[in-house]
Amino acid sequence: MPVIEVSGVTHAYGEGAGRRVVLRDVSVTLSEQRVGIIGANGSGKSTFVRMLNGLVLPTEGTVCVDGLDARKDGREVRRRVGFCFTDPDAQIVMPTVAEDVAFGLRRRGLSKREIAAKVRSTLETYGLAEHADHPAHLLSGGQKQLLALSSVLVTDPAVLVLDEPTTLLDLRNAAVVQRVVRDLPHQVLLVTHHLDLLEDFERVLVFDQTRLVYDGKPDAAVQHYRELMT
Amino acid sequence: MNSLGLYVPGTSPVHRMPAGAKLLAMLAAGAGSVLLHQPWQVGVAVTLALVGYRLGGLTVRMALRQVRPLLMVVGLVAVFHLVVNGWERAVVFVGVIVTLVLLAGLVTLTTRTTDMVDAIVRAARPLRVVGVHPERLGLLMALGIRSVPVVVGLAEEVRDAQRARGLTASPRAFAVPLIVRSLRHADALGDALVARGVDD
Repeated sequence: MPVIEVSGVTHAYGEGAGRRVVLRDVSVTLSEQRVGIIGANGSGKSTFVRMLNGLVLPTEGTVCVDGLDARKDGREVRRRVGFCFTDPDAQIVMPTVAEDVAFGLRRRGLSKREIAAKVRSTLETYGLAEHADHPAHLLSGGQKQLLALSSVLVTDPAVLVLDEPTTLLDLRNAAVVQRVVRDLPHQVLLVTHHLDLLEDFERVLVFDQTRLVYDGKPDAAVQHYRELMT
Repeated sequence: MNSLGLYVPGTSPVHRMPAGAKLLAMLAAGAGSVLLHQPWQVGVAVTLALVGYRLGGLTVRMALRQVRPLLMVVGLVAVFHLVVNGWERAVVFVGVIVTLVLLAGLVTLTTRTTDMVDAIVRAARPLRVVGVHPERLGLLMALGIRSVPVVVGLAEEVRDAQRARGLTASPRAFAVPLIVRSLRHADALGDALVARGVDD
């Protein structure tokens, strides 16, 4: 599994009196296949995961993926770390399903035939083949999230970061996404409020008020989180 | 269908035509339309456009669907010319508009957005010398097309929220949240593009 090293990371917006710290002094090394990240809204968990593929650069400290610094080697880090957002509508950038899956491949120097083959097999894997030429906006919420996932996975990232992928979904669609994520061979970092998704995870990080306050097995971490919230 | 609900997958001769050729033909038809002065000429133009639909394996109903959104504008233009210039001019003006809309519809019905964008990117390559970035231009177009249904969806949500709160026909109460939400969407889309390596 890839090794993600976060060292002394702090992140703040603004300067002087308007400076707002959203993440404080986080140091952690992640090499497990399944890592969960939980915490209240505004606790810093989304900022934390956004740093893992260089979407947010830390004000202090470093983030390295397999030895590559997210600040200096942003391009390589982004190729290794795929990112899936909460709202698939904000992530789907092309008009039709197949076009969106192909989007990330168009900059990889592949031929049209290679791209078409990869798109087809990816859509088949995630049950979207029959929707290949459909407008993305006509898909259901669950299908859109699967499309967003497919569009990331087609580029073969080593790590997949999912920022609350089931928050906007109903139970059925959330279960579909959960099944897909469970079967992935990738290293997965999942931010979620659905604590039952973390049952078979190896490690869970708990964030509270901009700090990493707990790091351990799912049962204990969820228990710690519940205590924090009461 | 494409993002606006138009693209119909197929293997007809019109589908197989290169996107660039279709766009050029549409451009030529637009420029050539100024040469149409007689009702019979317009009749031929409309017929040719409909033949294009037939060749593309598309139905007359699909053709009519392209024109339907313009009925009000076309009706007003027709009445204006009928009163001011007589029936012949009215037929010519309405016929030209209908022909061009039919042709634009035919192109979008038979061309994937990606192919259209690729054709425009290729056509824009010579503009590199004046600082134009063709790939960015293509991405901009694709994002524009993709954003239409998103903004329509946001507008519907804002309108529903207005109704739920008993606000009716308040332009400010409609426009402000729509603009704010559209800007938030644009922000999130920017993050998604960075995450997918667009800037790399």
